[in-house]
Amino acid sequence: MKTIMNKKTAANRESALAKRRTRSFFTYIMPWLIGFLGLTLFPMIFSLYLSFTDSSIGAASNFIGFENYINIFKIDPDFWKAVRNTLAYVAVFVPLSTVFNITIAMVLNQKLKGRGLYRVAFYIPSVCAGVAVTLLWGWIFNTDYGILNNFLSWFGIEGPSWLVDPKWSMWAIVIVNLWTQGNTIIIYLAGLQDIPVSLYESAQIDGATWWQKTRKITLPLLTPTIYFNVLLCLIGASQMFNQPYLLTKGLPGEETTYTYMMHAYNNAFRFGNNGYACALSWILLVAILCFTLVYQSTSKYWVNYSTES
Amino acid sequence: MTTHTKRVLTDGMRKGVSYLLLTCLALVFLIPFFWMLSTAFKTPAQLYLDPPVWIPDPITLDNFIKGWDYVDFNRYVLNTLFITIVGTLGTVVTSALVAYGFARFPSRWNGPLFTIVLATLMLPSQVTLIPAYMMYSKLGFVDTYLPLLLPAWLGGGAFNIFLLRQFIRGIPRELDEAAEIDGCGTFKIFYKILLPAMKPVLTTVGVMALIGNWNDFMGPLIYLNSESKYTIAIGLQFFNQNFGTGKMNYLMAVSILTTLPLIILFFCAQRYFVQGITMSGIKG
Repeated sequence: MKTIMNKKTAANRESALAKRRTRSFFTYIMPWLIGFLGLTLFPMIFSLYLSFTDSSIGAASNFIGFENYINIFKIDPDFWKAVRNTLAYVAVFVPLSTVFNITIAMVLNQKLKGRGLYRVAFYIPSVCAGVAVTLLWGWIFNTDYGILNNFLSWFGIEGPSWLVDPKWSMWAIVIVNLWTQGNTIIIYLAGLQDIPVSLYESAQIDGATWWQKTRKITLPLLTPTIYFNVLLCLIGASQMFNQPYLLTKGLPGEETTYTYMMHAYNNAFRFGNNGYACALSWILLVAILCFTLVYQSTSKYWVNYSTES
Repeated sequence: MTTHTKRVLTDGMRKGVSYLLLTCLALVFLIPFFWMLSTAFKTPAQLYLDPPVWIPDPITLDNFIKGWDYVDFNRYVLNTLFITIVGTLGTVVTSALVAYGFARFPSRWNGPLFTIVLATLMLPSQVTLIPAYMMYSKLGFVDTYLPLLLPAWLGGGAFNIFLLRQFIRGIPRELDEAAEIDGCGTFKIFYKILLPAMKPVLTTVGVMALIGNWNDFMGPLIYLNSESKYTIAIGLQFFNQNFGTGKMNYLMAVSILTTLPLIILFFCAQRYFVQGITMSGIKG
Protein backbone atom coordinates (compact mmCIF):
# COMPACT_ATOMS: atom_id res chain seq x y z
CA MET A 1 0.00 0.00 0.00
CA LYS A 2 2.79 2.34 0.98
CA THR A 3 4.70 1.77 -2.26
CA ILE A 4 1.62 2.45 -4.37
CA MET A 5 1.03 5.66 -2.44
CA ASN A 6 4.68 6.65 -2.91
CA LYS A 7 4.54 5.99 -6.61
CA LYS A 8 1.38 8.05 -6.88
CA THR A 9 2.80 10.99 -4.96
CA ALA A 10 5.97 10.75 -6.99
CA ALA A 11 3.92 10.83 -10.18
CA ASN A 12 1.89 13.73 -8.82
CA ARG A 13 5.03 15.59 -7.98
CA GLU A 14 6.32 14.99 -11.47
CA SER A 15 3.21 16.26 -13.17
CA ALA A 16 3.08 19.19 -10.76
CA LEU A 17 6.66 19.94 -11.77
CA ALA A 18 5.79 19.69 -15.43
CA LYS A 19 2.81 21.96 -14.91
CA ARG A 20 4.98 24.49 -13.13
CA ARG A 21 7.53 24.33 -15.91
CA THR A 22 4.91 24.88 -18.56
CA ARG A 23 3.54 27.81 -16.63
CA SER A 24 6.97 29.39 -16.32
CA PHE A 25 7.61 28.64 -19.97
CA PHE A 26 4.57 30.55 -21.06
CA THR A 27 5.26 33.39 -18.65
CA TYR A 28 8.65 34.02 -20.15
CA ILE A 29 7.73 33.64 -23.77
CA MET A 30 4.62 35.75 -23.35
CA PRO A 31 6.04 38.84 -25.10
CA TRP A 32 6.90 36.81 -28.15
CA LEU A 33 3.62 34.96 -28.09
CA ILE A 34 1.62 38.16 -27.95
CA GLY A 35 3.75 39.65 -30.67
CA PHE A 36 3.42 36.60 -32.84
CA LEU A 37 -0.32 36.34 -32.46
CA GLY A 38 -1.00 40.06 -32.74
CA LEU A 39 1.64 41.26 -35.17
CA THR A 40 2.24 38.20 -37.29
CA LEU A 41 -0.49 35.58 -37.25
CA PHE A 42 -3.48 37.85 -37.06
CA PRO A 43 -2.23 40.25 -39.74
CA MET A 44 -1.44 37.29 -41.97
CA ILE A 45 -4.96 35.94 -41.66
CA PHE A 46 -6.42 39.41 -41.98
CA SER A 47 -4.33 39.99 -45.08
CA LEU A 48 -5.57 36.74 -46.57
CA TYR A 49 -9.11 37.86 -45.94
CA LEU A 50 -8.43 41.30 -47.39
CA SER A 51 -6.98 39.75 -50.52
CA PHE A 52 -10.46 38.52 -51.32
CA THR A 53 -11.99 41.98 -50.94
CA ASP A 54 -11.72 45.24 -52.80
CA SER A 55 -10.61 47.04 -49.68
CA SER A 56 -9.13 50.43 -50.34
CA ILE A 57 -8.34 53.51 -48.34
CA GLY A 58 -11.42 55.45 -47.37
CA ALA A 59 -13.94 53.10 -49.00
CA ALA A 60 -15.89 50.22 -47.52
CA SER A 61 -14.67 46.81 -48.49
CA ASN A 62 -16.71 44.25 -50.29
CA PHE A 63 -16.06 40.62 -50.76
CA ILE A 64 -15.06 39.97 -54.34
CA GLY A 65 -13.73 36.47 -54.25
CA PHE A 66 -10.80 35.72 -56.51
CA GLU A 67 -11.19 38.87 -58.58
CA ASN A 68 -7.98 40.40 -57.26
CA TYR A 69 -6.02 37.31 -58.11
CA ILE A 70 -7.52 37.06 -61.56
CA ASN A 71 -6.75 40.72 -62.21
CA ILE A 72 -3.20 40.27 -61.01
CA PHE A 73 -2.47 37.40 -63.31
CA LYS A 74 -4.51 38.42 -66.33
CA ILE A 75 -4.87 42.19 -66.44
CA ASP A 76 -2.12 43.88 -64.44
CA PRO A 77 0.73 44.73 -66.83
CA ASP A 78 3.02 45.79 -64.02
CA PHE A 79 2.67 42.55 -62.13
CA TRP A 80 4.52 40.50 -64.70
CA LYS A 81 7.09 43.24 -65.06
CA ALA A 82 7.62 43.22 -61.30
CA VAL A 83 7.92 39.44 -61.26
CA ARG A 84 10.35 39.45 -64.16
CA ASN A 85 12.48 42.18 -62.62
CA THR A 86 12.56 40.57 -59.20
CA LEU A 87 13.41 37.16 -60.63
CA ALA A 88 16.11 38.70 -62.80
CA TYR A 89 17.60 40.51 -59.87
CA VAL A 90 17.52 37.42 -57.66
CA ALA A 91 18.95 35.21 -60.40
CA VAL A 92 21.84 37.61 -60.84
CA PHE A 93 22.44 38.78 -57.31
CA VAL A 94 22.25 35.56 -55.29
CA PRO A 95 24.89 33.57 -57.22
CA LEU A 96 27.04 36.63 -57.80
CA SER A 97 27.06 37.72 -54.18
CA THR A 98 27.63 34.16 -52.95
CA VAL A 99 30.68 33.69 -55.15
CA PHE A 100 31.87 37.19 -54.29
CA ASN A 101 31.49 36.66 -50.56
CA ILE A 102 33.05 33.22 -50.45
CA THR A 103 35.99 34.33 -52.58
CA ILE A 104 36.76 37.29 -50.36
CA ALA A 105 36.28 35.17 -47.27
CA MET A 106 38.69 32.59 -48.61
CA VAL A 107 41.30 35.20 -49.41
CA LEU A 108 40.84 36.72 -45.96
CA ASN A 109 41.18 33.30 -44.35
CA GLN A 110 44.89 33.15 -44.96
CA LYS A 111 47.43 34.26 -42.41
CA LEU A 112 47.92 37.72 -43.80
CA LYS A 113 49.21 40.81 -42.13
CA GLY A 114 46.62 43.48 -41.60
CA ARG A 115 43.76 41.05 -41.84
CA GLY A 116 41.88 43.03 -39.21
CA LEU A 117 42.15 46.20 -41.28
CA TYR A 118 40.84 44.50 -44.39
CA ARG A 119 37.96 43.12 -42.39
CA VAL A 120 37.09 46.60 -41.21
CA ALA A 121 37.16 47.94 -44.75
CA PHE A 122 34.75 45.27 -45.94
CA TYR A 123 32.46 45.46 -42.95
CA ILE A 124 31.97 49.19 -42.50
CA PRO A 125 29.70 49.71 -45.52
CA SER A 126 27.21 47.19 -44.17
CA VAL A 127 27.18 48.96 -40.80
CA CYS A 128 26.41 52.27 -42.45
CA ALA A 129 23.89 50.85 -44.89
CA GLY A 130 21.13 53.38 -44.82
CA VAL A 131 19.63 56.27 -46.65
CA ALA A 132 22.80 58.33 -46.45
CA VAL A 133 25.05 55.91 -48.28
CA THR A 134 22.35 54.97 -50.76
CA LEU A 135 22.03 58.62 -51.76
CA LEU A 136 25.82 58.80 -51.87
CA TRP A 137 25.83 56.02 -54.43
CA GLY A 138 23.15 57.86 -56.34
CA TRP A 139 25.65 60.67 -56.67
CA ILE A 140 28.48 58.30 -57.59
CA PHE A 141 26.33 56.89 -60.38
CA ASN A 142 25.56 60.33 -61.75
CA THR A 143 26.00 60.23 -65.53
CA ASP A 144 27.94 63.43 -66.01
CA TYR A 145 29.52 64.24 -62.67
CA GLY A 146 29.72 60.91 -60.91
CA ILE A 147 33.10 59.41 -60.13
CA LEU A 148 32.23 56.03 -61.57
CA ASN A 149 31.83 57.30 -65.09
CA ASN A 150 34.86 59.49 -64.59
CA PHE A 151 36.85 56.42 -63.65
CA LEU A 152 35.60 54.55 -66.70
CA SER A 153 36.59 57.43 -68.93
CA TRP A 154 40.23 56.87 -67.96
CA PHE A 155 39.94 53.64 -69.94
CA GLY A 156 38.18 55.35 -72.78
CA ILE A 157 34.82 53.86 -71.82
CA GLU A 158 31.85 56.12 -71.94
CA GLY A 159 29.93 55.29 -68.80
CA PRO A 160 26.19 54.73 -69.16
CA SER A 161 23.40 56.63 -67.42
CA TRP A 162 23.44 54.20 -64.56
CA LEU A 163 20.22 55.17 -62.90
CA VAL A 164 18.30 56.35 -65.90
CA ASP A 165 19.08 53.75 -68.53
CA PRO A 166 16.95 50.67 -67.85
CA LYS A 167 19.68 48.46 -69.21
CA TRP A 168 21.99 49.51 -66.41
CA SER A 169 19.86 50.54 -63.45
CA MET A 170 19.51 47.02 -62.17
CA TRP A 171 23.27 46.60 -62.29
CA ALA A 172 23.66 49.82 -60.33
CA ILE A 173 21.52 48.35 -57.59
CA VAL A 174 23.44 45.08 -57.72
CA ILE A 175 26.65 47.02 -57.20
CA VAL A 176 25.27 48.94 -54.24
CA ASN A 177 24.06 45.75 -52.61
CA LEU A 178 27.33 43.93 -53.21
CA TRP A 179 29.05 46.78 -51.46
CA THR A 180 27.09 46.14 -48.26
CA GLN A 181 27.78 42.42 -48.16
CA GLY A 182 30.29 42.81 -45.35
CA ASN A 183 28.36 40.93 -42.73
CA THR A 184 27.81 37.96 -45.01
CA ILE A 185 31.51 37.87 -45.80
CA ILE A 186 32.22 37.63 -42.09
CA ILE A 187 29.72 34.80 -41.78
CA TYR A 188 31.46 32.84 -44.50
CA LEU A 189 34.79 33.61 -42.92
CA ALA A 190 33.55 32.16 -39.66
CA GLY A 191 32.34 29.11 -41.52
CA LEU A 192 35.73 28.69 -43.15
CA GLN A 193 37.51 28.97 -39.85
CA ASP A 194 35.46 26.12 -38.54
CA ILE A 195 37.08 23.73 -40.97
CA PRO A 196 39.78 21.80 -39.14
CA VAL A 197 43.25 22.73 -40.29
CA SER A 198 44.30 19.11 -39.95
CA LEU A 199 42.29 18.24 -43.04
CA TYR A 200 44.28 20.68 -45.11
CA GLU A 201 47.51 19.42 -43.63
CA SER A 202 46.84 15.82 -44.57
CA ALA A 203 45.82 16.92 -48.03
CA GLN A 204 49.05 18.85 -48.28
CA ILE A 205 51.02 15.75 -47.38
CA ASP A 206 49.16 13.85 -50.07
CA GLY A 207 50.31 16.47 -52.54
CA ALA A 208 46.97 18.13 -53.22
CA THR A 209 46.91 21.38 -55.15
CA TRP A 210 45.10 24.46 -53.96
CA TRP A 211 42.20 23.86 -56.32
CA GLN A 212 41.85 20.27 -55.21
CA LYS A 213 41.84 21.32 -51.59
CA THR A 214 39.16 23.88 -52.32
CA ARG A 215 36.99 21.52 -54.27
CA LYS A 216 37.26 18.53 -51.96
CA ILE A 217 37.58 20.10 -48.51
CA THR A 218 36.61 23.75 -48.36
CA LEU A 219 33.48 23.83 -50.44
CA PRO A 220 31.88 20.61 -49.22
CA LEU A 221 32.41 21.58 -45.60
CA LEU A 222 31.09 25.06 -46.26
CA THR A 223 27.81 23.78 -47.68
CA PRO A 224 25.74 24.21 -44.49
CA THR A 225 26.76 27.87 -44.32
CA ILE A 226 26.09 28.29 -48.02
CA TYR A 227 22.72 26.63 -47.75
CA PHE A 228 21.51 28.90 -45.01
CA ASN A 229 22.90 32.11 -46.40
CA VAL A 230 21.68 31.55 -49.93
CA LEU A 231 18.18 31.10 -48.57
CA LEU A 232 18.38 34.26 -46.48
CA CYS A 233 19.92 36.15 -49.38
CA LEU A 234 17.13 35.10 -51.65
CA ILE A 235 14.38 36.06 -49.24
CA GLY A 236 16.06 39.38 -48.62
CA ALA A 237 16.55 40.04 -52.31
CA SER A 238 12.89 39.44 -53.04
CA GLN A 239 11.97 42.15 -50.56
CA MET A 240 14.49 44.77 -51.56
CA PHE A 241 12.98 48.20 -51.13
CA ASN A 242 15.35 51.01 -50.24
CA GLN A 243 17.41 51.14 -53.41
CA PRO A 244 14.58 51.11 -55.95
CA TYR A 245 12.69 53.68 -53.88
CA LEU A 246 15.61 56.03 -53.29
CA LEU A 247 17.60 55.66 -56.47
CA THR A 248 15.08 55.08 -59.19
CA LYS A 249 11.87 56.24 -57.49
CA GLY A 250 10.15 52.87 -57.92
CA LEU A 251 7.36 54.00 -60.13
CA PRO A 252 5.51 51.73 -62.56
CA GLY A 253 7.16 53.46 -65.47
CA GLU A 254 10.49 52.03 -64.33
CA GLU A 255 11.49 49.23 -66.62
CA THR A 256 14.02 47.12 -64.78
CA THR A 257 14.07 48.21 -61.18
CA TYR A 258 10.36 47.91 -60.59
CA THR A 259 10.50 45.11 -58.08
CA TYR A 260 7.74 43.05 -56.56
CA MET A 261 8.13 44.87 -53.27
CA MET A 262 7.69 48.21 -55.01
CA HIS A 263 4.59 46.98 -56.76
CA ALA A 264 3.03 45.88 -53.48
CA TYR A 265 4.09 49.09 -51.77
CA ASN A 266 2.71 51.25 -54.55
CA ASN A 267 -0.60 49.49 -54.57
CA ALA A 268 -0.96 49.78 -50.82
CA PHE A 269 0.42 53.23 -50.13
CA ARG A 270 0.46 55.16 -53.36
CA PHE A 271 -2.71 53.87 -54.98
CA GLY A 272 -4.55 52.79 -51.85
CA ASN A 273 -5.61 49.37 -53.12
CA ASN A 274 -5.24 47.43 -49.91
CA GLY A 275 -7.04 44.27 -50.95
CA TYR A 276 -5.06 44.09 -54.17
CA ALA A 277 -1.77 44.62 -52.35
CA CYS A 278 -2.63 41.87 -49.90
CA ALA A 279 -3.27 39.49 -52.76
CA LEU A 280 0.14 40.40 -54.15
CA SER A 281 1.78 39.72 -50.79
CA TRP A 282 0.15 36.32 -50.46
CA ILE A 283 1.25 35.30 -53.92
CA LEU A 284 4.81 36.14 -52.91
CA LEU A 285 4.48 34.24 -49.66
CA VAL A 286 3.23 31.13 -51.40
CA ALA A 287 6.00 31.42 -53.98
CA ILE A 288 8.67 31.67 -51.29
CA LEU A 289 7.10 28.79 -49.38
CA CYS A 290 7.13 26.56 -52.44
CA PHE A 291 10.68 27.51 -53.20
CA THR A 292 11.79 26.86 -49.62
CA LEU A 293 10.22 23.42 -49.65
CA VAL A 294 11.88 22.50 -52.93
CA TYR A 295 15.17 24.00 -51.76
CA GLN A 296 14.96 22.08 -48.50
CA SER A 297 14.38 18.80 -50.30
CA THR A 298 17.44 19.30 -52.49
CA SER A 299 19.59 19.90 -49.45
CA LYS A 300 20.30 16.25 -48.87
CA TYR A 301 22.03 16.08 -52.22
CA TRP A 302 24.59 18.71 -51.66
CA VAL A 303 24.71 19.80 -48.03
CA ASN A 304 27.12 17.96 -45.74
CA TYR A 305 26.26 18.31 -42.12
CA SER A 306 29.37 17.48 -40.16
CA THR A 307 29.06 14.84 -37.52
CA GLU A 308 30.36 17.05 -34.79
CA SER A 309 27.57 19.66 -35.00
CA MET B 1 63.85 23.08 -58.67
CA THR B 2 62.76 20.91 -55.82
CA THR B 3 59.06 20.50 -55.12
CA HIS B 4 59.65 22.35 -51.90
CA THR B 5 61.09 25.39 -53.63
CA LYS B 6 58.30 25.27 -56.20
CA ARG B 7 55.75 25.17 -53.41
CA VAL B 8 57.34 28.10 -51.60
CA LEU B 9 57.29 30.10 -54.82
CA THR B 10 53.66 29.32 -55.62
CA ASP B 11 52.72 30.05 -52.03
CA GLY B 12 54.55 33.31 -52.20
CA MET B 13 52.86 34.18 -55.46
CA ARG B 14 49.50 33.35 -54.02
CA LYS B 15 50.15 35.49 -50.98
CA GLY B 16 51.23 38.35 -53.19
CA VAL B 17 48.16 38.10 -55.36
CA SER B 18 46.02 37.92 -52.22
CA TYR B 19 47.51 41.11 -50.83
CA LEU B 20 47.01 42.83 -54.15
CA LEU B 21 43.44 41.69 -54.49
CA LEU B 22 42.52 42.58 -50.92
CA THR B 23 44.13 45.99 -51.09
CA CYS B 24 42.38 46.87 -54.34
CA LEU B 25 39.04 45.64 -53.09
CA ALA B 26 39.43 47.37 -49.74
CA LEU B 27 40.15 50.62 -51.56
CA VAL B 28 37.11 50.15 -53.76
CA PHE B 29 35.02 49.53 -50.68
CA LEU B 30 36.31 52.64 -48.98
CA ILE B 31 36.35 55.03 -51.91
CA PRO B 32 32.68 56.00 -51.57
CA PHE B 33 33.45 57.25 -48.06
CA PHE B 34 36.36 59.32 -49.31
CA TRP B 35 34.10 60.79 -51.95
CA MET B 36 31.51 61.56 -49.30
CA LEU B 37 34.17 63.42 -47.31
CA SER B 38 35.41 65.22 -50.37
CA THR B 39 31.95 66.39 -51.40
CA ALA B 40 31.10 67.54 -47.89
CA PHE B 41 33.87 70.14 -47.95
CA LYS B 42 33.08 71.57 -51.36
CA THR B 43 31.48 74.84 -52.31
CA PRO B 44 28.48 74.51 -54.62
CA ALA B 45 30.56 75.65 -57.54
CA GLN B 46 32.86 72.65 -57.20
CA LEU B 47 30.10 70.08 -57.28
CA TYR B 48 29.38 69.98 -60.95
CA LEU B 49 32.85 69.69 -62.38
CA ASP B 50 33.78 67.32 -65.11
CA PRO B 51 36.26 65.76 -64.43
CA PRO B 52 35.36 65.67 -60.73
CA VAL B 53 37.67 67.20 -58.21
CA TRP B 54 38.77 65.16 -55.24
CA ILE B 55 40.45 67.72 -53.07
CA PRO B 56 38.26 70.78 -52.76
CA ASP B 57 39.88 74.14 -53.14
CA PRO B 58 38.72 76.16 -51.31
CA ILE B 59 37.72 73.88 -48.46
CA THR B 60 34.64 75.01 -46.61
CA LEU B 61 33.02 73.97 -43.38
CA ASP B 62 29.84 75.80 -44.32
CA ASN B 63 27.99 72.73 -45.47
CA PHE B 64 28.03 71.16 -42.05
CA ILE B 65 26.36 74.15 -40.47
CA LYS B 66 24.08 75.28 -43.26
CA GLY B 67 23.12 71.75 -44.28
CA TRP B 68 22.23 70.80 -40.74
CA ASP B 69 19.98 73.81 -40.29
CA TYR B 70 18.34 73.56 -43.68
CA VAL B 71 15.82 71.12 -42.29
CA ASP B 72 15.31 70.31 -38.65
CA PHE B 73 18.08 67.77 -38.15
CA ASN B 74 18.35 68.50 -34.46
CA ARG B 75 14.84 67.20 -34.07
CA TYR B 76 15.41 64.29 -36.40
CA VAL B 77 18.42 63.17 -34.39
CA LEU B 78 16.48 63.39 -31.13
CA ASN B 79 13.66 61.36 -32.62
CA THR B 80 16.06 58.77 -33.95
CA LEU B 81 17.82 58.60 -30.60
CA PHE B 82 14.55 58.04 -28.83
CA ILE B 83 13.46 55.26 -31.16
CA THR B 84 16.89 53.69 -31.12
CA ILE B 85 17.28 53.67 -27.36
CA VAL B 86 13.77 52.49 -26.54
CA GLY B 87 13.78 49.99 -29.37
CA THR B 88 17.18 48.54 -28.54
CA LEU B 89 16.30 48.26 -24.86
CA GLY B 90 13.10 46.45 -25.71
CA THR B 91 14.86 44.09 -28.06
CA VAL B 92 17.56 43.13 -25.59
CA VAL B 93 15.23 42.71 -22.63
CA THR B 94 12.43 40.79 -24.29
CA SER B 95 14.54 38.57 -26.48
CA ALA B 96 16.56 37.56 -23.42
CA LEU B 97 13.45 36.72 -21.44
CA VAL B 98 11.87 34.80 -24.29
CA ALA B 99 15.09 32.95 -25.03
CA TYR B 100 15.28 31.99 -21.36
CA GLY B 101 11.80 30.56 -21.64
CA PHE B 102 12.69 28.49 -24.69
CA ALA B 103 16.04 27.38 -23.38
CA ARG B 104 15.34 26.37 -19.82
CA PHE B 105 11.76 25.22 -19.63
CA PRO B 106 11.06 21.97 -21.41
CA SER B 107 7.43 21.53 -22.22
CA ARG B 108 5.49 19.85 -24.96
CA TRP B 109 4.79 23.29 -26.35
CA ASN B 110 8.42 24.30 -26.43
CA GLY B 111 9.47 22.44 -29.57
CA PRO B 112 6.53 23.34 -31.82
CA LEU B 113 6.52 26.98 -30.76
CA PHE B 114 10.23 27.32 -31.34
CA THR B 115 9.79 25.87 -34.80
CA ILE B 116 7.31 28.66 -35.41
CA VAL B 117 9.89 31.17 -34.22
CA LEU B 118 12.32 29.83 -36.79
CA ALA B 119 9.65 29.80 -39.48
CA THR B 120 8.98 33.49 -38.97
CA LEU B 121 12.59 34.15 -39.94
CA MET B 122 11.67 33.17 -43.47
CA LEU B 123 8.54 35.27 -43.62
CA PRO B 124 8.61 38.08 -46.16
CA SER B 125 7.67 41.24 -44.31
CA GLN B 126 5.22 42.30 -46.99
CA VAL B 127 2.58 39.82 -45.92
CA THR B 128 2.13 41.41 -42.53
CA LEU B 129 2.97 44.96 -43.57
CA ILE B 130 -0.31 46.12 -45.00
CA PRO B 131 -2.74 44.58 -42.52
CA ALA B 132 -0.46 45.66 -39.66
CA TYR B 133 -0.68 49.17 -41.03
CA MET B 134 -4.44 48.94 -41.24
CA MET B 135 -4.61 47.63 -37.68
CA TYR B 136 -2.43 50.43 -36.37
CA SER B 137 -4.48 52.87 -38.35
CA LYS B 138 -7.70 51.71 -36.70
CA LEU B 139 -6.03 51.96 -33.30
CA GLY B 140 -4.87 55.47 -34.07
CA PHE B 141 -1.22 54.49 -33.82
CA VAL B 142 -0.20 55.83 -37.19
CA ASP B 143 2.03 58.88 -36.93
CA THR B 144 3.26 57.72 -33.55
CA TYR B 145 6.33 55.74 -32.68
CA LEU B 146 4.34 52.77 -31.41
CA PRO B 147 4.36 50.69 -34.61
CA LEU B 148 8.12 51.02 -34.64
CA LEU B 149 8.62 50.15 -31.00
CA LEU B 150 6.03 47.46 -30.35
CA PRO B 151 7.79 44.69 -32.31
CA ALA B 152 10.93 45.38 -30.30
CA TRP B 153 9.14 44.94 -27.01
CA LEU B 154 7.09 41.95 -28.09
CA GLY B 155 9.80 39.40 -28.52
CA GLY B 156 12.60 41.42 -29.98
CA GLY B 157 12.91 39.48 -33.20
CA ALA B 158 13.12 35.80 -34.02
CA PHE B 159 16.79 35.90 -34.88
CA ASN B 160 17.76 37.37 -31.51
CA ILE B 161 15.64 34.80 -29.69
CA PHE B 162 17.39 32.08 -31.65
CA LEU B 163 20.83 33.50 -30.95
CA LEU B 164 20.26 33.93 -27.23
CA ARG B 165 18.60 30.58 -26.80
CA GLN B 166 21.58 28.85 -28.36
CA PHE B 167 23.86 30.71 -26.00
CA ILE B 168 21.86 29.94 -22.89
CA ARG B 169 21.84 26.27 -23.79
CA GLY B 170 25.60 26.43 -23.62
CA ILE B 171 25.53 27.57 -20.00
CA PRO B 172 25.66 24.54 -17.70
CA ARG B 173 22.39 23.79 -15.99
CA GLU B 174 24.25 22.97 -12.80
CA LEU B 175 24.52 26.68 -12.17
CA ASP B 176 20.78 27.05 -12.42
CA GLU B 177 20.22 24.07 -10.19
CA ALA B 178 22.65 25.28 -7.56
CA ALA B 179 20.80 28.56 -7.39
CA GLU B 180 17.48 26.77 -7.24
CA ILE B 181 18.65 24.76 -4.26
CA ASP B 182 19.60 28.01 -2.63
CA GLY B 183 15.98 29.02 -2.96
CA CYS B 184 16.09 31.22 -6.05
CA GLY B 185 12.96 31.53 -8.12
CA THR B 186 13.08 31.38 -11.90
CA PHE B 187 13.52 35.10 -12.33
CA LYS B 188 16.32 35.33 -9.81
CA ILE B 189 18.13 32.52 -11.57
CA PHE B 190 17.76 34.45 -14.79
CA TYR B 191 18.84 37.71 -13.26
CA LYS B 192 21.73 36.59 -11.08
CA ILE B 193 23.16 33.62 -12.96
CA LEU B 194 22.31 33.72 -16.64
CA LEU B 195 22.22 37.42 -17.43
CA PRO B 196 25.79 38.14 -16.30
CA ALA B 197 27.02 35.16 -18.29
CA MET B 198 25.18 36.42 -21.34
CA LYS B 199 26.82 39.83 -21.41
CA PRO B 200 28.80 39.28 -24.64
CA VAL B 201 25.85 37.98 -26.66
CA LEU B 202 23.56 40.61 -25.23
CA THR B 203 26.01 43.26 -26.35
CA THR B 204 25.99 41.79 -29.82
CA VAL B 205 22.20 41.76 -29.93
CA GLY B 206 22.15 45.30 -28.61
CA VAL B 207 24.65 46.60 -31.12
CA MET B 208 22.87 44.98 -34.05
CA ALA B 209 19.52 46.34 -32.85
CA LEU B 210 21.03 49.77 -32.44
CA ILE B 211 22.27 49.85 -36.01
CA GLY B 212 19.02 48.45 -37.34
CA ASN B 213 16.97 51.08 -35.55
CA TRP B 214 19.25 53.93 -36.51
CA ASN B 215 19.16 53.04 -40.20
CA ASP B 216 15.54 51.94 -40.44
CA PHE B 217 13.88 53.58 -43.40
CA MET B 218 10.77 51.74 -44.47
CA GLY B 219 9.16 51.65 -41.02
CA PRO B 220 9.38 55.38 -40.40
CA LEU B 221 8.47 56.03 -44.02
CA ILE B 222 5.17 54.25 -43.67
CA TYR B 223 4.20 55.22 -40.17
CA LEU B 224 5.50 58.73 -39.61
CA ASN B 225 3.65 61.53 -41.33
CA SER B 226 4.40 64.66 -39.36
CA GLU B 227 7.70 66.29 -40.14
CA SER B 228 8.33 66.86 -36.46
CA LYS B 229 8.46 63.10 -35.95
CA TYR B 230 10.84 62.31 -38.79
CA THR B 231 13.93 60.25 -38.16
CA ILE B 232 17.32 60.89 -39.70
CA ALA B 233 16.67 58.42 -42.50
CA ILE B 234 13.42 60.08 -43.50
CA GLY B 235 14.92 63.52 -42.94
CA LEU B 236 17.70 62.81 -45.41
CA GLN B 237 15.28 61.61 -48.04
CA PHE B 238 12.95 64.52 -47.30
CA PHE B 239 15.82 66.96 -47.79
CA ASN B 240 17.01 65.16 -50.89
CA GLN B 241 13.61 65.07 -52.51
CA ASN B 242 12.55 68.63 -51.82
CA PHE B 243 15.74 70.65 -51.70
CA GLY B 244 18.38 68.30 -52.92
CA THR B 245 19.14 69.58 -56.42
CA GLY B 246 22.47 71.26 -56.42
CA LYS B 247 22.95 70.71 -52.72
CA MET B 248 24.87 67.48 -52.71
CA ASN B 249 27.48 69.16 -50.53
CA TYR B 250 24.90 69.81 -47.81
CA LEU B 251 23.55 66.29 -48.12
CA MET B 252 26.97 64.70 -47.84
CA ALA B 253 27.96 66.86 -44.88
CA VAL B 254 24.84 65.93 -42.98
CA SER B 255 25.23 62.30 -44.01
CA ILE B 256 28.70 62.22 -42.52
CA LEU B 257 27.47 63.70 -39.26
CA THR B 258 24.63 61.22 -38.99
CA THR B 259 26.69 58.19 -40.03
CA LEU B 260 29.62 59.01 -37.77
CA PRO B 261 28.00 57.60 -34.61
CA LEU B 262 27.65 54.25 -36.34
CA ILE B 263 31.26 54.21 -37.44
CA ILE B 264 32.44 55.10 -33.95
CA LEU B 265 30.19 52.41 -32.50
CA PHE B 266 31.64 49.94 -34.94
CA PHE B 267 35.21 50.65 -33.93
CA CYS B 268 34.35 50.36 -30.26
CA ALA B 269 32.31 47.21 -30.56
CA GLN B 270 34.03 45.44 -33.43
CA ARG B 271 34.58 42.18 -31.70
CA TYR B 272 30.95 41.89 -30.69
CA PHE B 273 29.92 41.86 -34.32
CA VAL B 274 32.19 39.06 -35.28
CA GLN B 275 31.56 37.26 -32.03
CA GLY B 276 27.84 37.34 -32.51
CA ILE B 277 28.11 35.73 -35.88
CA THR B 278 30.48 33.06 -34.71
CA MET B 279 28.34 32.26 -31.74
CA SER B 280 25.09 32.06 -33.54
CA GLY B 281 26.18 29.18 -35.70
CA ILE B 282 24.31 30.76 -38.58
CA LYS B 283 27.00 29.02 -40.41
CA GLY B 284 24.92 25.94 -40.25
